[in-house]
Amino acid sequence: MAHHVFQMPVDEAQARKLRVGDTVTFSGSLFGIRDATQIHMFDRGRKARFDMRGHAVIHTAPNVRKVPLSNECPAGYQPVCVGTTTSDRMERFTHPLMAQYGVRFVIGKGGLREASAAAFREIGGAYLAVIGGTAALETTWIERILDVDLDDLNPESLWHFQVRDFGPLLVAMDSHGGSIYERVRETAAGRRAAALAALGVKA
Amino acid sequence: MSGRLHIDIPAVEEAAKLLYIRALKLLPDDIKRGFGRLDAAETDGTAKTILATMIENIAVAEKTDNLLCQDTGIPIFNVEIGRDVEVDGVELKDAIRRGTARATKEYPLRSSVVHPLTRKNEHTSSGIRVPVINIDFVDRPQTLRIEMIPKGSGSENGSFLKMLIPADGIDGIKTFVIDRVMEAGGKVCPPTIVGVGIGGTSDLCMHLAKVAATRALGSVCEDPEGAKLEALLSNAVNALGIGPQGLGGDGTAFAVHVETAATHITMNPVAINIQCHSARRASATFTPSGVEIGF
Repeated sequence: MAHHVFQMPVDEAQARKLRVGDTVTFSGSLFGIRDATQIHMFDRGRKARFDMRGHAVIHTAPNVRKVPLSNECPAGYQPVCVGTTTSDRMERFTHPLMAQYGVRFVIGKGGLREASAAAFREIGGAYLAVIGGTAALETTWIERILDVDLDDLNPESLWHFQVRDFGPLLVAMDSHGGSIYERVRETAAGRRAAALAALGVKA
Repeated sequence: MSGRLHIDIPAVEEAAKLLYIRALKLLPDDIKRGFGRLDAAETDGTAKTILATMIENIAVAEKTDNLLCQDTGIPIFNVEIGRDVEVDGVELKDAIRRGTARATKEYPLRSSVVHPLTRKNEHTSSGIRVPVINIDFVDRPQTLRIEMIPKGSGSENGSFLKMLIPADGIDGIKTFVIDRVMEAGGKVCPPTIVGVGIGGTSDLCMHLAKVAATRALGSVCEDPEGAKLEALLSNAVNALGIGPQGLGGDGTAFAVHVETAATHITMNPVAINIQCHSARRASATFTPSGVEIGF
């Protein structure tokens, strides 16, 4: 169970070093992305203008305040509360994000499924779990909103954050086929019969 | 006390605005105690770390005066009108809508509400039939209570209805609860409150599940048959090993809550609505002595 500290971006070898159970903290760029963002990027053919090669995306749609442009707020947005949404709805976008945009890490909550696990294996990447519902804490890791694209989808725009010591995040899916979610699913399935028996349910 | 309580409509608008923002920032004490109980009982190391981070987040939100979670949810207002209360119901609903929109624009909050077909966001946290406003009448003198619940989507997506039949029995209900909690896994942001509606019509059953999911921890179903199931199901879901955030552990749910309604001889409906660990709510109680803000 190693702890990894990254200055983003990372390369394939760095991404493949991660193992389920490791933790990660990183600084530099982070891209915020969500349902509508990816529906427009991958189903409606819109091209995002950011270079996300080697970077991490986080499943988010933040609370922001519109402010005049300044060095602190170069995109005219100040972060108010930035957290994480449930990843599962965006399962089918992991592969195109990695294959077309070179993304290495997907950050979210609740986990992803087999198609994403295959993308992490094939291309070299990982799913990093951040704790859902702890946005007040997460917001303290965000320094600035550097830029924003596809902002007609606000709050589901494509956000470019500058972060410092973002984490620790738990490596919950890796490029070697490991997935904590799969392990937990198996555990729960294995305990189902006993739970029903304890409830007096006849088999 | 004799006389009537007259409800001032601008005060309702102010209360709606205040409650939405307050609910997003402060967790009720019963939920905080729930975290303490789960943390004390947790045997898994990762799960303990996750619970500690959640507890830290509650303190950070209070210290930095920030929202607990980024999800501003779908705003729900439950209005209870007591006896001898004088209020224009149409104006009351409009005032709640205005207060919701003002909270969103003035704070500013993320508007999480879109048209269901065009997906257009009006940036007011409002739209057709939203905020959800439920109005009920209670046997209390000169009291009007407004409860605000910002219902997060991760756990709201963990909603299920099954029109079981009488032959499925209580076993069918229990099996449905276990299987849907397993299916929801980490997606609903555990530890959760699993709300179970039993009986009624399909829509009443689903509504009861929401009532159950948003009830204070420590409260018990008024129907003793429902209360028995609550205790049994709470133990059963926490034996599955799903744990906080679905990453393994003992603390899958703070509790399973049950609400019941009479149903038809041919029916056996069961519904599930889940509340995530950010179990937020706030309330304003109007009485002759003023407006009291609480949970």
